[in-house]
Amino acid sequence: MHGSRILDEADRLMTVCNSCRYCEGLCAVFPAMEMRRAFSDGDLNYLANLCHACGACYVDCQFSPPHEFNVNVPKTLAVARAESYAIYAWPQALSGAFAHNGLVISIVAALSVAAFVFGFAALNDRSVLFGVHAGAGAFYKLMPHNAMAALFSAAFLYAIVALVMSVRTFWRDIATPVGGRADGGSIFQAIRDAGELRYLHGGGVGCYNEDDKPTDRRKLFHHLTFYGFLLCFAATSVATLYHYLLGREAPYPWWDLPVVLGTFGGFGLIVGPIGLFVAKLRRDPALLDENRYGMDVGFIAMLFLTGLTGMLLLILRETAAMGPLLALHLGAVFALFITMPYGKFVHGIYRFVALVRYAQERRTAV
Amino acid sequence: MGSKYDVLVIGGGNAALCAAISARRGGASVLVLEGAPKFYRGGNTRHTRNMRCAHDAATEILTGPYTEEEFWEDLLRVTGGQTDEVLARHMIRESKDILNWIVEQGVRWQPSLGGTLSLGRTNSFFLGGGRAMLNALYLTAERLGVEVQYDAEVTDLVIEDGMFLAARLKRPIHGETEIRATSLVAAAGGFEANIDWLKQYWGEAADNFLIRGTPYNRGSILKMLLAKGVQEVGDPTQCHAVAIDARAPKFDGGIITRHDSVVFGIVVNKHAQRFYDEGEDIWPKRYAIWGRLVAAQPGQIAYIIFDSTVVTSFMPTLFPPIAGQTIAELAGKLELDPAVLEKTISEFNAAVRPGTFDHTILDDCRTEGITPAKTHWARKIETPPYLAYPVRPGITFTYLGTRVTKEARMLMADGKPSANMFAAGEIMAGNVLGKGYAAGIGMTIGSVFGRIAGREAARHAKN
Repeated sequence: MHGSRILDEADRLMTVCNSCRYCEGLCAVFPAMEMRRAFSDGDLNYLANLCHACGACYVDCQFSPPHEFNVNVPKTLAVARAESYAIYAWPQALSGAFAHNGLVISIVAALSVAAFVFGFAALNDRSVLFGVHAGAGAFYKLMPHNAMAALFSAAFLYAIVALVMSVRTFWRDIATPVGGRADGGSIFQAIRDAGELRYLHGGGVGCYNEDDKPTDRRKLFHHLTFYGFLLCFAATSVATLYHYLLGREAPYPWWDLPVVLGTFGGFGLIVGPIGLFVAKLRRDPALLDENRYGMDVGFIAMLFLTGLTGMLLLILRETAAMGPLLALHLGAVFALFITMPYGKFVHGIYRFVALVRYAQERRTAV
Repeated sequence: MGSKYDVLVIGGGNAALCAAISARRGGASVLVLEGAPKFYRGGNTRHTRNMRCAHDAATEILTGPYTEEEFWEDLLRVTGGQTDEVLARHMIRESKDILNWIVEQGVRWQPSLGGTLSLGRTNSFFLGGGRAMLNALYLTAERLGVEVQYDAEVTDLVIEDGMFLAARLKRPIHGETEIRATSLVAAAGGFEANIDWLKQYWGEAADNFLIRGTPYNRGSILKMLLAKGVQEVGDPTQCHAVAIDARAPKFDGGIITRHDSVVFGIVVNKHAQRFYDEGEDIWPKRYAIWGRLVAAQPGQIAYIIFDSTVVTSFMPTLFPPIAGQTIAELAGKLELDPAVLEKTISEFNAAVRPGTFDHTILDDCRTEGITPAKTHWARKIETPPYLAYPVRPGITFTYLGTRVTKEARMLMADGKPSANMFAAGEIMAGNVLGKGYAAGIGMTIGSVFGRIAGREAARHAKN
């Protein structure tokens, strides 16, 4: 019927759920489902990405396993969601990166770090790599600023192009009419819904993770991670502006804006991923997409590594450890960027797009 | 086991948990014995979605007032007067406070679900449905210190002179044991899943009934209480029964196997003959008559037949309709006599008078000159593909029960109130529901009398 076994199962579940509708107050998935009587591949991929995996519909469902109707919406949509990333990946030749994502990410990360270490050592003599550097421009003794900026801009640009191309295909698949555009109001609504993780709340009572008690803290840890990431990104952006507009070179003193932003962000990027990882370990296997464990953990690990090496760099930047740490940090960030379109990072993009679609559907339905 | 509880609650659904929470809040030590495994806990509550409570003004989730008097009139109408007025009015009065009390126990409301707009004023819906409601009650009960045992099948009740002494139970691991308690609350539901018991009243027809809830609603506690001198109330053949898809599982198909398409077509029996006015009243009001109607037909099976023009007029269904490009093809798939079905439909079509169709009111689309008539929403069935749902009686719960007082105290056969036995929920629903049904009233009976029974049981135990 559909393109894949998981979409056939998602279709079966949505048919069951659409004749019940008890969960419609829990999140956006079920109201969106109710606007349809039949489900195309695009519909199911849309619903899968609208799901925030709060687990409430599983705990509340009278037909969840061991019932013979075997209704497990969070797990089914989690698998469908992960498969949708590969379906929409650009270029398609790289979609296989999702299949063994943990491995791919690890290898790319290791190679990136090695490349920076090797590069630093090869381009400079070893006394520079293990030397003590202080004052403005210290980092650029290891790698010229322009080289650094060019390399990371290229990596970042590639990530953006790949993501945009993927999301275009996704949007074409879920929008009605085909090729329809998103309006500003819907985008603003989606920014709010994504920003507060509105649908990661179990319908108000809280989310479920390890058992049937709504005690899950993933929302908090996700906020720490996400806003930590944004703060770090802001720190880098401000620093870039300092460099080019004000001619001020890193490293900056601890009280300066890039460092303050980076410190708070780094804290979030260390604590958040740890919390998410622990939650992942404790998650009820019934809700877990085990095959994507590597992808999920790989992304969490990359964020954690970025945060941790960044913080260590701040603390130890005036010691001999600075060189190796800088290589490690830049390697982690570089790997994070170039694997972005082919890893768990895309969940945020697809979910945001699904939220835009949902906001739009709600507006036209009223 | 030597321990003794103040209050023993037998059952694990809405009524049982309201009783347990209310008794615990009254200062009693409470043990709940649920006969089902944890997943299937809660009897029919796991399949419910709303509760009918009186209220004097609109609320955040209710679209308008629903006064005690209007509730009473609705109850009077659906039961045809077969209700205990004192008890029923007491329940309706208490239902007003239940709207708030149940929220204090962790249950959350939401506006009426998609596809149930006609209940938006009278019924409050549970956010997440009945199992979510049940989960909230269990979390609250456990937090308060109520003990709960699953797979705890009570095999005997020790009762002397209307006084409960102990319950014997069998558990898969710990084996036979006896539990003593100062008060008993029986909230163990009806006997709808006990096919042998149903056969006593329905004969072999009961083999063709589908049971909408779990196989654990066997009525064993009800049977023990009646055998030990508790006064019986209600007609044993009366129950809540709706027409559900014949392809549904024997047990626990729940809400999703129901059909709300009757008013959009015709219903024929296995002889391809119509047997009742499909357009008698607005669908939810007559929702619960079709179970009994189908039960009275040969083979306890019927077929809702409609055409492709009305497919999107009702909620999507779990099982797809059976389709045929001609009436004869459809009849073949349904194993009905094609000639008879063609005749039934052509006679029906010929009898349809022109009118303006509106399924939200009692419209003027009706038939003339056939018996039975279809008095509203009658439109010709003439646009292929022709479609059908096979339906059987789906039994929700039985009305035979234990007679109780306003305090939810059981009355003995000699008319004397029991010293320490209380009942709540479906096991005593027959006091209020002699016959018929109004959506959500089963949960009202459970919460109101559960709360009362728990309070009174605790009061008895603490005195």
